[in-house]
Amino acid sequence: MRKMLTIISNVLRGSASRNGARVVVSARTYADFTPQATFDIKKCDLHKLEDGPPLQAMLTREEGLQYYRTMQTMRRMELKADQLYKQKIIRGFCHLYDGQEACAVGIEAGINLSDHLITAYRAHGYTLTRGGTVREIMAELTGRRGGIAKGKGGSMHMYTKHFYGGNGIVGAQVPLGAGVALACKYLGKNELCVCLYGDGAANQGQIFETYNMASLWKLPCIFICENNKYGMGTSVERAAASTDYYKRGDFIPGLRVDGMDVLCVREATKFAAEHCRSGKGPILMELQTYRYHGHSMSDPGISYRTREEIQEVRSKSDPISMLKDRMLSNNMASVEELKEIDVEVRKEIEDAAQFATTDPEPPLDDLCNHIFYNDPPLEVRGTNPWTKLKSVS
Amino acid sequence: MAATRLFLRTSNVKSSLTGLTGGVHGSLGLTLHKLSPDCTARPKTQRRHAAHFTYHPDPVPTQYGPTQKMNLFQSVTSALDNMLASDPTAVIFGEDVAFGGVFRCTVGLRDKYGKDRVFNTPLCEQGIVGFGIGAAAAGATAIAEIQFADYIYPAFDQIVNEAAKYRYRSGNMYDCGKLTIRSPWGCVGHGSLYHSQSPEAFFAHCPGIKIVVPRGPVQAKGLLLSCITDQNPCIFFEPKILYRAAVEQVPTEAYQIPLSQAEVLQEGSDLTMVTWGTQVHVLREVAAMAQEKLGVSCELIDLRTILPWDIETVCKSVVKTGRLLISHEAPVTGGFAAEISTTVQEECFLNLEAPISRVCGYDTPFPHIFEPFYIPDKWKCLEAVKRMINY
Repeated sequence: MRKMLTIISNVLRGSASRNGARVVVSARTYADFTPQATFDIKKCDLHKLEDGPPLQAMLTREEGLQYYRTMQTMRRMELKADQLYKQKIIRGFCHLYDGQEACAVGIEAGINLSDHLITAYRAHGYTLTRGGTVREIMAELTGRRGGIAKGKGGSMHMYTKHFYGGNGIVGAQVPLGAGVALACKYLGKNELCVCLYGDGAANQGQIFETYNMASLWKLPCIFICENNKYGMGTSVERAAASTDYYKRGDFIPGLRVDGMDVLCVREATKFAAEHCRSGKGPILMELQTYRYHGHSMSDPGISYRTREEIQEVRSKSDPISMLKDRMLSNNMASVEELKEIDVEVRKEIEDAAQFATTDPEPPLDDLCNHIFYNDPPLEVRGTNPWTKLKSVS
Repeated sequence: MAATRLFLRTSNVKSSLTGLTGGVHGSLGLTLHKLSPDCTARPKTQRRHAAHFTYHPDPVPTQYGPTQKMNLFQSVTSALDNMLASDPTAVIFGEDVAFGGVFRCTVGLRDKYGKDRVFNTPLCEQGIVGFGIGAAAAGATAIAEIQFADYIYPAFDQIVNEAAKYRYRSGNMYDCGKLTIRSPWGCVGHGSLYHSQSPEAFFAHCPGIKIVVPRGPVQAKGLLLSCITDQNPCIFFEPKILYRAAVEQVPTEAYQIPLSQAEVLQEGSDLTMVTWGTQVHVLREVAAMAQEKLGVSCELIDLRTILPWDIETVCKSVVKTGRLLISHEAPVTGGFAAEISTTVQEECFLNLEAPISRVCGYDTPFPHIFEPFYIPDKWKCLEAVKRMINY
């Protein structure tokens, strides 16, 4: 019923932006849509590479809708988390990913689910693309037992199969990623590891140690620097002597990619994955992206940048809008269809938020569980010498 | 700026701790793990926002000149201001200190003293401390800030292997005594694993550095100025939960409080309590409760300097009372209470009436959602007092 009303209202409004006036009832038949189209994407800057990813990307209708749905889910989820945080239902630290959705979705489109991924604390988006559900993610944010880490980790510590988190300490996840890549190489399953970090972390010492090890041993590791222009409150110009993060690997080939365009990210990731899987060793990618929120929920995000700047990026390079425009202008989807997806996504998020608010917290025994791996339950000493809790790991 | 809103939220319900926390924790430890999880449902939201302590301000100091109302971060700013004014070689650096710092401890200093004296570093703790050691060794008074004590571990090698041993290994030819490292420390109500740690025990094992933890603004300013002027590398941990919650009249002029001297806050005859930082205020309340409910007169000592610690004051007190309770937020195994406990039993064995009691955090990583159960709150401490008296 709602769909019919939308169609009728659209007709009455007479939107001219769509090709094909036969929009009334036959919009429901998918035969009218272009099954796939090729788009020109931005050229990537290259470092120590002869050629880069292709300048054209093909997008099928199904892929487009799937990317749109995932990005919209991510966006809505982050905005919902913002809301819940302001209502104090989520507490602690919450680092939101909106504005950067194209990175997570594009990377996932370029690799397989059997590959490995590790990132820093801005991890909600990756948890979703790596197989987590919105319900589990939101329950983890509120610290309930239905959460993806059983409520014990919170925003910064979410994990799924082949997704190693979710790490709080800046830069600490990069050597870990190289280790995972070594395991991939050793086990010989043609898997690789995508290891993400931010522009702030790019100045940490351990990153350079990792570049050296990965290159020396030719580990199948894609290092990705998500450059969102600000390391918390410090802009990249004030933090780094060289803001060409893709060149920082020095002996590791690098490419700079437009991180707001999901197709650009996908093609670059495919290119990088190909490079790794062929045994050429690690490769470095810099994704130029932007975050709309502040560093975390405690940061309003406007004391080190202007509102106009955020507005400008939102209007000119928003990843979801870009994909939407592309699909609509090539008649690959209809406005109602996308709106339908929006509505479904909204409902999913509402359900998840409801679950996250009402699920009970983990049982008290969990305070001491999973410290060690132990067969007989371990006694955990604590606040008083006569009280010991059991760690039934 | 960044943590302002963070603290605005927690500080709203900061004072006047009601019996709310007492409700569920009442008969504490033994029954805690028997509680059904569902009973954490309703009043939990209120409990989580109430602080686990009530701040007791120090009396107004009269011997240091005119005073002004300041909270902890303002007293730190005041100390740094005095320092930069009197010492032309003093420099302050760290992540985001230029605009004022995430806890507003360096607000206004850059404008006042210039960007070559107050500057940001990139995100590299090891680099920050290493750089500070070099600057100090070359003669500048280097005041480094590590944004949270939880992030100090990349710099652990620099502090322990370089800073602490510089004077020793060069036969007093070089030293980095002009280095001071400041870092927010301790639980904050919602910090979870990486914004709540108390790493003083890790550094206590390292001869060559000094570790100081203040309990309030007056103490913080005096101790910080002592640390900076001290000829040894010092680590100054500031309890972050007190940044806004602790308000006192603090002298505007520079003054120093001697290091390695513990302060007896309250005299007593039955039991000695030793602690530092936020926990001082928890134990103050415990002492009042013990007097009121159990008729026990407690002597409360604020250790102030963790390394080298004031053995004499503590032992003298234990000789007088015969019982000792030590409390800190860090996990109990290997926490600093173990060191105090062992030394006291060595020195005062025959004077002890009961085993020394340590009320500390559990041996788990600092939890996300379980924080109220984890921290050694006043009820756990009161129970320990009861057991020691009835031993």
